[in-house]
Amino acid sequence: MSDAALPPSLQAIREDFLALSVPDRLQLLLEFSDSLPVVPEGLVDPDAWERVEECQSPVFITVDTQPDAVTVHASAPEEAPTTRGFASILVQGLHGMTPDQVLAVPPDFPLQLGLQNAVSMLRLRGMSGMLWRIKRQVEETLKASGSTA
Amino acid sequence: MSFPTDPSPELADYAHPDRLVTTAWLEEHSGEDGLVVLESNEDVLLYDTGHIPGAVKIDWHTELNDPVVRDYLDGDAFAALMSRKGIRREDTIVIYGDKSNWWAAYTLWVFTLFGHADVRLLNGGRDAWIAEGRELTKEVPVATPSEYPVVERRDDDIRAFKEDVLAHLGKPLIDVRSPEEYSGERTHMPAYPEEGALRGGHIPTARSVPWAMAAQDDGRFKPHRDLVEVYLTKQGFALGDDVITYCRIGERSSHTWFVMKYLLGFDNVKNYDGSWTEWGSAVRVPIVTGDQPGEAP
Repeated sequence: MSDAALPPSLQAIREDFLALSVPDRLQLLLEFSDSLPVVPEGLVDPDAWERVEECQSPVFITVDTQPDAVTVHASAPEEAPTTRGFASILVQGLHGMTPDQVLAVPPDFPLQLGLQNAVSMLRLRGMSGMLWRIKRQVEETLKASGSTA
Repeated sequence: MSFPTDPSPELADYAHPDRLVTTAWLEEHSGEDGLVVLESNEDVLLYDTGHIPGAVKIDWHTELNDPVVRDYLDGDAFAALMSRKGIRREDTIVIYGDKSNWWAAYTLWVFTLFGHADVRLLNGGRDAWIAEGRELTKEVPVATPSEYPVVERRDDDIRAFKEDVLAHLGKPLIDVRSPEEYSGERTHMPAYPEEGALRGGHIPTARSVPWAMAAQDDGRFKPHRDLVEVYLTKQGFALGDDVITYCRIGERSSHTWFVMKYLLGFDNVKNYDGSWTEWGSAVRVPIVTGDQPGEAP
């Protein structure tokens, strides 16, 4: 676990989770699920959505990588609140970060939220897959634009 | 005290109609003493977004499995879980869930390992209840801890281990995974790559009958005559056969196990919960690839 490397927004989310009892962590995850920002129609090219294969439910992400800020969009059905919650944590937690900051997020961040016993390791892998795909999209955009990460 | 069997005509043709209830029956009896309603979903938060009034959440992953060994709870832990949830040994339990009741069937199977006598599924599960516009609530019932006896799990009747499957080869074996998993093109279920195995294919002689062959689009089980067509007429299984079902971790095959045992009336059906995540990673067990069952070694 690499606390020092965690950006302030993710650190705050982590502290919020760890301050709660295990059942209450599930409720916080549900609040994240309910507050997943709605992607306005027409904002994202339908071809730009990437399916997160690691998740058991159909969840799609796309990343808008600008030189000064990264914006993640995610779409997941209401019948899959756990997956929506994972997506929402990343959408909100990564909001406004620079590409370099996103790439520096530790890959084990999903395991730092104390959800192993509440949600199970198996389900948490979906969130790790999401984070990995977000970073890969950022990297690809940087490569295509000739910047270095 | 057991509740009487749901007398609905749509259940009457099944071999054991006392193992299913309709949404209308559940709504009518909801809240009566001695009836416990459990929701068991793939998604651990789905219950919290709204559930059938009075229903208690049970999670297949975090509550029914031993936290260390790949096994189910033991008798002490199961009794403690039942007590926490306010379930008594004599209660009638109705289980429902998402995904055509996969995880509800899995939970029913685990309860059956502990010999809980009266466990039923809600035909159609969560989706059917919602599709009919029936009431949902976010109110979580507060359980009064019950006295539940410590009953040791009995694995010999309805659970198969790898060694049992090896000794069974040549007798009816049903692989309920997708055709791509059966043939070996995929080592995991579409969209479930985290539950993979090292090798792809199927257990020799296993017939490919994907679980959905037993389900309708609305999540309910197919009528008895259609199940007879699928499993007896087309596959050639005969009542009286010893049958083992498997998938990747035993959840979809619990659905087929339920169909074979309670809807068609096969007396001796076992679910191999180790399933492909064990078999496809085990050393020197025989594997067949392609779309044909293959021969017993």
